[in-house]
Amino acid sequence: MQALTHKSFAVNRKPMTFWERLYLINIIKGMLITFSHMFKKQPTVRYPEQKREFSPVFRGLHVLNRDEQGRENCTACGLCAVACPAEAITMEAAERQEGEEHLYKEEKYAAKYEINMLRCIFCGLCEEACPKDAIYLSETFAPANYTRKGFIYDKNDLLIPNTLTNATALAKAKGVEA
Amino acid sequence: MTLLAFDWAFIIEKLILIVIIVLTTLLITLYTTFGERKVAAILQDRPGPNRAGPFGLLQPLADGLKLIMKEEIIPTTASKWLFILGPGLAMTASLMTCAVIPWSTDLHLFGRTIALQIADVNIGILYVFAVVSMGVYGIMIGGWASNNKFSLMSALRAASQAISYEIAMGLALIALLMSTGTLSLKTIVADQVSGHWWNVVYQPLGFLIFFICAMAECNRTPFDLPEAENELNFGYHQEYSSMKLGFYLFAEYVNMIMSSAIMASMYFGGYDLPFFDESTVAPNIAAMIGVGTLLIKIVLFVFLFMWIRWTIPRFRYDQLMNLGWKKMIPLALLNMLITGALILSKL
Repeated sequence: MQALTHKSFAVNRKPMTFWERLYLINIIKGMLITFSHMFKKQPTVRYPEQKREFSPVFRGLHVLNRDEQGRENCTACGLCAVACPAEAITMEAAERQEGEEHLYKEEKYAAKYEINMLRCIFCGLCEEACPKDAIYLSETFAPANYTRKGFIYDKNDLLIPNTLTNATALAKAKGVEA
Repeated sequence: MTLLAFDWAFIIEKLILIVIIVLTTLLITLYTTFGERKVAAILQDRPGPNRAGPFGLLQPLADGLKLIMKEEIIPTTASKWLFILGPGLAMTASLMTCAVIPWSTDLHLFGRTIALQIADVNIGILYVFAVVSMGVYGIMIGGWASNNKFSLMSALRAASQAISYEIAMGLALIALLMSTGTLSLKTIVADQVSGHWWNVVYQPLGFLIFFICAMAECNRTPFDLPEAENELNFGYHQEYSSMKLGFYLFAEYVNMIMSSAIMASMYFGGYDLPFFDESTVAPNIAAMIGVGTLLIKIVLFVFLFMWIRWTIPRFRYDQLMNLGWKKMIPLALLNMLITGALILSKL
């Protein structure tokens, strides 16, 4: 039969010679190999000081988007919650009142919007399901927390800073997350 | 200073020396554990402990603190006194070896000549052997008193390994003693300092055998069968926790340092700095240089121990016994024979 790779060799069953049985030479060879590793470059990324870049397709924490006038895009249609295979998203809809047009883009908005980051599998299906451009997966991940409750992210955690009223915070967030 | 027929200054001097040597040994041991982790890391292309303090230098203190803070558990079925005695005995036995190691030439302070050796016993090497074989009691007692079959099996392994390798070690030493003609470590080192070559030149095979046996005596990889995690869980110290476990782990490193010191003294000229004439500097400075030299030699040996540990995997038990009885002992006997023949031919 033809070999699939060039990496397989027949086992050598020749009896060892005296020098091989002493092991010493082979041990010294092995020690030279490990010694040479002292001068090799370490692949370690020293994490908190030094961070590795995520790949461009990385799917991280969710953000709730706003339009260019700083209004929330989300209309609480619930398509993301339906699409979510981990059932991590819950929301409650509310109607926009008079005088709230600067806050919400359409007549209906999400009064409550929560994602349980412990359930979320970061598949990005919510992003795909959203018809209103409202939810995106960013390039950060959920930081550690002391309680399970701390992993339930509500609107305050998810909404990106307002473009108009809080431009510096947005720029900062973009700078960190980009 | 002579009261009740004792020279009290002598006793005080020795006490200070003992305290200094034991404390230094413990301190060096502390950093040997750190060194072990660093060496392992560097040989495996990783940075190793680097968080506690600059370059991770406070890591051993953190480790020690952690061990002390841990809950102390004595199993209800364990034999309590022996369980406590085990680690203490292991530690004591490994520290006792440092009594006969000549650290350097004499110091001259306050009009006294202070020998940098706790006790110049004229049977120094035999003393070392006696103490080293005591060390195995610590393991045996600890393993037996734990009342755990894995611990017991590991203790048995440790005992049989130590006994097997002590024979070859002793035979390798006899050859050395035949060429030096003395059992006192101080004389052996002094002979190497005064013009002769180091003993390793006369006894290369003997040194190799001694080195391998020392590694086996210290339970270091590739001879760490008593701690074989995959077959014996954790070995003889499985039931131990807190600082008792710390003592066992620590004793291993103390043993390593002590055997390095013994090997350096017997085969590599002890405190002798090569190509340097000690008589050109003041005696006290020469003594200090000697201490430094011996410490450097110890560090090199310890590094060698670690280097080997992180290179070769553990032997199988039958391989270990084969190596000990069928290779080491015949080789040591052969070495003895050759040495004897050479000495005879020179007469």
